[in-house]
Amino acid sequence: MVPYGRMSVVSLYRDEGIVLRTQKLGEADRIVTILTRRTGRVRAAAKGVRKTKSRFGARLEPFTHVDVQLYERRSLDLITQAETIRPYGEPLVSDYPRYTAGTAMLETTEKLTEEKEPALRQFLLLVGGLRTLVDGSHEPRLVLDAFLLRSLSVAGWAPALDECARCGSRGGLRGFAIASGGAVCGTCRPPGSASPAPQTLELMLALLRGEWTVADESETRHRVECSGLVAAYLQWHLEHGIRSLKHVERV
Amino acid sequence: MYEGVVQNLIDELGRLPGVGPKSAQRIAFHLLAADPADVLRLSQALIEVKEKVRFCKTCGNVAEEELCRICRDPRRDENVICVVEESKDVVAIEKTREFRGKYHVLGGAISPIEGVGPEDLRIRELMQRLADGAVTELILATDPNLEGEATATYLARLVKPMGLTVTRLASGLPVGGDLEYADEVTLGRAFEGRRLLDV
Ligand SMILES: [Zn+2]
Ligand SMILES: [Zn+2]
Repeated sequence: MVPYGRMSVVSLYRDEGIVLRTQKLGEADRIVTILTRRTGRVRAAAKGVRKTKSRFGARLEPFTHVDVQLYERRSLDLITQAETIRPYGEPLVSDYPRYTAGTAMLETTEKLTEEKEPALRQFLLLVGGLRTLVDGSHEPRLVLDAFLLRSLSVAGWAPALDECARCGSRGGLRGFAIASGGAVCGTCRPPGSASPAPQTLELMLALLRGEWTVADESETRHRVECSGLVAAYLQWHLEHGIRSLKHVERV
Repeated sequence: MYEGVVQNLIDELGRLPGVGPKSAQRIAFHLLAADPADVLRLSQALIEVKEKVRFCKTCGNVAEEELCRICRDPRRDENVICVVEESKDVVAIEKTREFRGKYHVLGGAISPIEGVGPEDLRIRELMQRLADGAVTELILATDPNLEGEATATYLARLVKPMGLTVTRLASGLPVGGDLEYADEVTLGRAFEGRRLLDV
């Protein structure tokens, strides 16, 4: 038992979060990375979790929305209790394209957050994104691209889509220049920038704003172009890139 | 830090899975104090395992010849293949004595976040084994955790056009764990109660 002293009050904390990643540790333990609502991204050890009789069961698997109690330690915090709030992983693993889209959401969230720095907006975005992915109302790659665009926006990197990223002009958007910050007009367009279809820029804007009626009616070729631009834009802002993006399958 | 050779040993031991710096130090000093003959046997076993053991050309299991012991055994049922992540899972399933078919070792599970995609596993080799139509049942015995389930889903979808029976170990196995830690009775029951996987 932990004694009821001043130290123990400081070192035990409780939070809710989404499990982003698990890694093997030693013989039967795992390091679990969780984006929590209040504490931000936490890396913690879960003892014995790989044993099939573990009391944690599937509660600390990726995608699980979990209520956890942690013991703060100098190196890795220790998970002492875990209760499932909602197991998003279960419905996702039976649908491979949705699963791969979800994995890219988790990896992006991990890369966009810092250890123990509260990131409430990113947390809420992730919960909303997983809920939408699981309810099956939209094509998974669209859900992922909407999530990525909004995550970039939360990080302060929203691409310009309805005005030129350089001069602010609202008409004649001809290109998409990642280094300039998004759509560019014919005058500002740097050499070598992409020339997406106007419908692709409309789709990106709809995804950023959550206008699903527009997004759901889009054509496949514009969706493909949109995914390519979003991925390139994201990789440019995140130096190390998102490994799982290339494994995402389009339905 | 210790003098050259001792520190070398600690560093090498510390690279093994599940061995932290403290354990590495403890093992190193145990070896220093041990009988020279015991240490020699250990070092010979290490060298031999790298010289003699390879991976079965057919199933990917550890083998001392071109084919593993199970693939060479004519009494094993050619029509059923059990797919596992690692060779140690073959050992765990063999202990149950429930299974008389053959195996296919993938070499891991699909894990996009770790950069492991389907093309990094022995999935092409599995498809080649299924091509002649002799196999009638494919048992997916990947780990009962998220990555194992996702790998099973991927494989079930991939082989669906081939029209064979695809089964998954019964979910009596508590989810979240590694297959190798399941006790024989639980694993045996999971085999008996395997369910049809339809994707
Ligand atoms: Zn301009
Ligand atoms: Zn073999």
